Amino acid sequence: MKRVFISGLLSGALLLCFQTAHAQTENGWLQRVEPAADSVPKKLNMDAVYDRPFLQLGKTPVALGGYVEANTAWFSEDGISEGLSFQLPRLTMFISSTITRQIKFLTEIEFEEGGREINIEFAALDIQFHPAFNLRGGILMNPIGAFNQNHDGPKWDFISRPVSATQMLPATWSNAGFGFYGKFYSGAWTFGYEAYLSNGFDDSIISNSENRTSLPAAKANPERFEESFNGQPLSTVKLSVRQQDIGEIGFSYMGGVFNQFQEDGLILDQKRSVHTWAVDWNATIPKLGTKITGEWAWINVDVPETFSQQFGDQQYGGFVDFVQPVLQRKILGWEKAVFSIACRLEYVDWNVGAFRETGGNIADDFKAVVPGVSFRPSAQTVLRLNYRYHWQRDILGNPPARTAGWQFGVSSYF
Amino acid sequence: MQSLKVIPIALVACFLLAACEKTAPPAPNDADLLDGPIEGLTTDQQKRFLNGDIAFNDEVFSAATGLGPVFVATSCGTCHAGDGKGHPFTSLTRFGQRDETGNQFLHLGGPQLQHRALPGFSPEQLPTGATSSTLLPPANTGLGLLEIIPDAALLALADPDDADGDGISGRPNWVNLPNYLNPRPDAISQDGKYIGRFGKKAAVYDLLQQTVNAYNQDIGITSTFEPFDTYSGEPIDPEVSSQTIHDVVFYLRTLKAPIPREVDREAVSAGKMLFEQIGCAKCHVPVLTTGSSPIAPLAFREFYPYSDLLLHDMGPELDDGYTEGSAKTSEWRTPPLWGLGLSKNSQGGQYFLLHDGRAHSIEAAILLHGGEGSQSREAYGQLTPAEKNQLITFLESL
Repeated sequence: MKRVFISGLLSGALLLCFQTAHAQTENGWLQRVEPAADSVPKKLNMDAVYDRPFLQLGKTPVALGGYVEANTAWFSEDGISEGLSFQLPRLTMFISSTITRQIKFLTEIEFEEGGREINIEFAALDIQFHPAFNLRGGILMNPIGAFNQNHDGPKWDFISRPVSATQMLPATWSNAGFGFYGKFYSGAWTFGYEAYLSNGFDDSIISNSENRTSLPAAKANPERFEESFNGQPLSTVKLSVRQQDIGEIGFSYMGGVFNQFQEDGLILDQKRSVHTWAVDWNATIPKLGTKITGEWAWINVDVPETFSQQFGDQQYGGFVDFVQPVLQRKILGWEKAVFSIACRLEYVDWNVGAFRETGGNIADDFKAVVPGVSFRPSAQTVLRLNYRYHWQRDILGNPPARTAGWQFGVSSYF
Repeated sequence: MQSLKVIPIALVACFLLAACEKTAPPAPNDADLLDGPIEGLTTDQQKRFLNGDIAFNDEVFSAATGLGPVFVATSCGTCHAGDGKGHPFTSLTRFGQRDETGNQFLHLGGPQLQHRALPGFSPEQLPTGATSSTLLPPANTGLGLLEIIPDAALLALADPDDADGDGISGRPNWVNLPNYLNPRPDAISQDGKYIGRFGKKAAVYDLLQQTVNAYNQDIGITSTFEPFDTYSGEPIDPEVSSQTIHDVVFYLRTLKAPIPREVDREAVSAGKMLFEQIGCAKCHVPVLTTGSSPIAPLAFREFYPYSDLLLHDMGPELDDGYTEGSAKTSEWRTPPLWGLGLSKNSQGGQYFLLHDGRAHSIEAAILLHGGEGSQSREAYGQLTPAEKNQLITFLESL
């Protein structure tokens, strides 16, 4: 086993990971390179895109990586089940390259639903002028909340992605854009910032087949990687702070004009904006080792009063995960296996407000509880068993549709 | 050996998976649901039902698929949650017709107000001087049975001149048919008009007309049957296929009738007797029989809608000053009472009864009956509290 010691910490980028990490295995000209554990207290959620294991191509500056998820699920809604199903929700590949010591490139290409969808989720060039001042350009993941940037399956102890992150916030939400990021250190504290301008949303967020205000609806427009829908940039800003003994908290904002208010010089509508705020956190309780991870977000959308209240102008929701390792030792030959129990709580209100006609509450909400167990034979691989129970009410607040089921899945970096 | 402890854990996991059905939410009692097909459909009819179900409940229109640009709702299911009664949020406004001579405001967007609009468009405004009425969506259940009651059976229930002197008249709404409709083989006409049986004023002939109108007037969707855009008034390409229209019609035709609940309960039996004693059953006729139908489970079947589908004068209490077809402004079609007790499950947990949802309880709805319903209302007022409770328990069991 060959160990590569840390040569720099602050850039936090992929190839810097190589420089700050150690290679565990060798197989011909491929070397497995994993993130160095001793740098973890300094890492922030914003480093997630680089905080992955890679296979380095010999002494070349190119590295490959990826992860796969495979699941099976049995669900029943109000007593009606579609039976047992199997899925490969995503296969993701990373390719990275160090162009010079301070210029690096990484791309993340995701194959979803058995290859039916192929998305470039991240493809950015990072140029470091100073550890606290990096330029990023390309297809970037807008840093709203934590999950959008830190969504790799093997990192999570739950099979389904949080509903608040994927059906309220639009994870995984990528856009073509530019911006800056950096980190500062002071003792046990790490501070990070990100600020980007990118292409953004479109009219579909308030006119779509979901029959509700849906930021994820804009993901169906692939042209956002080519040009802005309305010529108005989407601004995304995030500030994070980590105290190495407590954890990290992040505050983020994403907003801008979403509608096509003019075309060919003709005014079609007034400018309408979407504003999103999020707070995210992750912490580990000392001694107990309980990991607590979550995010909560608020969305305001300028929905015309003459449009339907079916499409709400406010949404909020979030999730919190509790993961408690209960067994950490050699199990069945795996040296550092970890067995954990876990529970996720979720809530989303897709339409905050009251009906104009009655003054009664608009429902259209969702809550879920997801207990589960996970087994990690190694840090890069996880087997998960989840029981999921959720309640979803329609806009009128009628008796909720109740769905419950079991999920079993595996996810691993490769 | 300790590592083998994971094996029991795996076995427990397997056991839990095997016990999936025990850990899932139970299915609601069929009698507590309004949706679902009528029993006895063939497999190909079940497939058609499913296609219509998807179009009705899952297809949401957006600007990209033809919504509006002025509209009332974005989908069929928006207004008919669980195929039950609507909520004031899903109500619509009709305007422009004061009497049976016709609608004087068709040139100003009548008869329906599309009060919502896509961004950048202005919704319709109620024209100055136009009379109007707010109407709540009805439940969809059992419509296929109502559609094939023979005209002769409805005419037999009518007593337009109150020949029997009981204070209840009842007459059909004679309506003109749009060009795309063919009258049923056993249809009875009067001066070229036919008996309407759907809608609050019974101004709609059948479920095809109801479906075509709803797509066009509620969602702003044109079809080969109704090609005129509600915004421009100009004919445009169809925005929904004829096949989808027919699938939705089939779905509506084959939705099951509500299943009465707690029929053996003493209070329900007593309430049913009171219902007849105080004269409610004269308009809310408990039992009707269907005629022929190519859909076997619908044909020649006795069923219990608690309606006569006829127009009755409900007095000034319920006179909004607006009407349709040959109905007078104070006349309303007797609404079927089946499924009444399940209304709250589609109305957000509370009652919104009568044509515009103004009654927030069954008792409030009874007390708002005027005109031909006033005798029954007064008789209801004479009941003891226990008897009133029995009557309402019966109505909630429907």
